[in-house]
Amino acid sequence: MIVADRKPIEEIIEEIKNHEKILILGCNECVTVCEAGGKKEVGVLASALRMYFLNQGREVKIEEKTLERQCDHEYLEEIRDVMDQYDAVVSLACGVGVQFMAEKYHTSPVYPGVNTCFLGATEKRGLWTERCQACGQCILARTGGICPVSRCAKRVLNGPCGGSARGKCEINKEIDCAWQLIIDRLEALNRLDDYEKIDPIKDWSTDRAGGPRKVEREDVQQ
Amino acid sequence: MGCLEGDCHYNSGNLRARKRVEQVQKILDTIGIGGERAQMYNLSSSEGSRFAQIAVEMDEKIRKLGPNPIKLAKKKAA
Repeated sequence: MIVADRKPIEEIIEEIKNHEKILILGCNECVTVCEAGGKKEVGVLASALRMYFLNQGREVKIEEKTLERQCDHEYLEEIRDVMDQYDAVVSLACGVGVQFMAEKYHTSPVYPGVNTCFLGATEKRGLWTERCQACGQCILARTGGICPVSRCAKRVLNGPCGGSARGKCEINKEIDCAWQLIIDRLEALNRLDDYEKIDPIKDWSTDRAGGPRKVEREDVQQ
Repeated sequence: MGCLEGDCHYNSGNLRARKRVEQVQKILDTIGIGGERAQMYNLSSSEGSRFAQIAVEMDEKIRKLGPNPIKLAKKKAA
């Protein structure tokens, strides 16, 4: 899922301080799971903002809504009828949702309420870690299901590098060396012979290096 | 109020509560209400007198801080 983290309230206040009718818009998907932008967080932020503006002696209308998703036309359409009631929206969706919202309602200012961090997994409640950088050319089949693109600081494709020591990465002793994990995993799978094969140069044009990307599927288009 | 740390029926419930109270304090500080208005205390069920003492302490503290600024702002707005 897409992992996000809450923005400091003071940063959000700074962005919206000149508006008077504000919609706090949550998203029911990834940001709900990582407890950054779901219905609960919308409620907390909206209450805090109401108290802040009241304390400043200002009458600011703050309303709450949480959509199923903000990265799909059909769910964003649900607020079309009420959008004229607000002069700004704080979207607690990931960066995708914020942008899609801004594209769809291009005359309404849309402000991000979270910092979108990475594609990751929930290790336990309150701990999310990165697993994928969406490079567009998955090599997990060759690396025992452990991704060196997202989990190796250098994105080394034939590792480990000289900075690997006792299974840890030189950039931080708490970070596992991705290549140590890959070797251990290949060994457990009895596939260490695969480790001896040198990976060819990766085609990075499918990564960010190739500019904004798209996936187009004519077979499912209407 | 939470049970003594390490003695919670819900194992880590009181530790989580402490973290959440800290979070609430930060928010209240940020929005100008004052984080000291929320406080977490740990005590066991047999500490009735300590409970009363904390209640008195908190009462004194809140009176010293004065009324909730939101209440005053609401009155002003009305």
